[in-house]
Amino acid sequence: MLGLVYWQETAIKLGVIMGVVPVTSLIFVYVFLFKMMSYMQSRLGPMETGPHGTLQIIAEAIKFLQKEDISPDNADKHVFVMAPVVVLMSTFLLYVVIPAGPDLVVQSLDTGIFYALAVSSLSALGVLMAGWASANKYALMGGLRAAGQLIAYELPLVLAVVGVVIQAGTMNLQGIVVAQAEGSIFGIDWIGNPYILTQFIGFAIFMTAAQAELTQTPFDMPVAESELVGGFQVEYTGFRYLLFFMAEFGTAFAFSAMASVMFLGGWGLPFIDSTDNILNVVGPVLMLAKVMLVAFVIFWVRFSFPRLREDQLQKFAWKFLIPVSLVNIVATGILKVAF
Amino acid sequence: MVAQNIIFGFIASIVALSAFRTVTTRNIVHAALYLVAVLAGLGALYVMLTAEFVATTQFLVYIGAVMVLFLFGIMLTRAPLGHLDDLTGKQWPVALGVATTLGAVLIYALVDAFHAAELPTDPVIYRTADVGDSVFSTYLIPFEAVSVLLLAALIGAVVLARKD
Repeated sequence: MLGLVYWQETAIKLGVIMGVVPVTSLIFVYVFLFKMMSYMQSRLGPMETGPHGTLQIIAEAIKFLQKEDISPDNADKHVFVMAPVVVLMSTFLLYVVIPAGPDLVVQSLDTGIFYALAVSSLSALGVLMAGWASANKYALMGGLRAAGQLIAYELPLVLAVVGVVIQAGTMNLQGIVVAQAEGSIFGIDWIGNPYILTQFIGFAIFMTAAQAELTQTPFDMPVAESELVGGFQVEYTGFRYLLFFMAEFGTAFAFSAMASVMFLGGWGLPFIDSTDNILNVVGPVLMLAKVMLVAFVIFWVRFSFPRLREDQLQKFAWKFLIPVSLVNIVATGILKVAF
Repeated sequence: MVAQNIIFGFIASIVALSAFRTVTTRNIVHAALYLVAVLAGLGALYVMLTAEFVATTQFLVYIGAVMVLFLFGIMLTRAPLGHLDDLTGKQWPVALGVATTLGAVLIYALVDAFHAAELPTDPVIYRTADVGDSVFSTYLIPFEAVSVLLLAALIGAVVLARKD
């Protein structure tokens, strides 16, 4: 578009991802962890550093960076060091396919949403590595809980997406946005067809499973501070802990963005053609607004509910979410053929 | 094609080295992690062959599910941090013989089938829709047979794991 050669384009895209991921986690931590949680608990949260405490988050990040880098004596050093990198890598890879406008996407892969779910499953590997390499009982138990939970909730997540893929007829995230912008419900086409209206069961399953994939309360048994003192993260300090922290909120942003793209219409806008160049300007703002809305629901649940028990968690995934999502796929398939 | 050859050589040497370390390391978790490197390298090779769907499936199924279950199982039973002296069994010479024979047969079969055929310099990109179409038309019967096989494996596992 601007006449750049391949390597220049790739360098710019890499730079954008490297910048976007830390910024998204800074936004989420400030808006939700500092402010929303404080207001829900009738307190103000950090107020001193910067206007309304906005610079507190920078201070926190610098505090983590200057801490001593400690690893336990008995730990398996190489695996211990690699683990947070694997988790963060899975977060960075997620941002490759998330679109913010008709041309604003790093790479519009044909396997789009399938690719995103595949790379998000890599974080389970990093969590297991962290749990094992820490040479600590609590860490190992946390790692095992995390792996069991991530595998159990990966299935409903994938199956909930299948309904959207059937309706859109493509796995490409750009294609899903266009399909929603140009769709119609019972002949009414002026708002398009955001799939939250027709795939509301899929949306509910996706949000529940995403809550578990992100290990947010009520599904936070892997880090359960009151029983496992922090689970797989217990031996990590300083910037290695910061990497886990950044991955957690960066992934939360990516999952909210995936939900906005698949169910809320992404960067599409009613009355404007989905190839219009104006959407490259309005799209990112629209996406950010939708992401904040979806993330608000995720964190609202996180700050409101108590933790489930481990067996309740597994039962809920295998005996409720998976059967419901299978029925949803069958129903979607039949309706797709009928209409 | 030079860049492709260099990248192929780089990935292939990582795969070969990791595969070697998988069988020679004395630490059971390290062996599993080297196997992850082998599978990830194979995924990268699929990308080089423009088989995007196969590569993504490789990552989702083999690394995201199978290897995580492997590590889960190992850590749930016996996973000491140090070395295990009995990790390399006494039958390793036999295994080496079997592996060499199998490798030789596969190499012979590939060379015999393709001789000096070269990949097209401008490769065809197979879209995911093409994969779906061929699975549900040309390869419908093998596809259904595999799903029945997987169902049988699933039932078998349930039967073996039941206590009563």
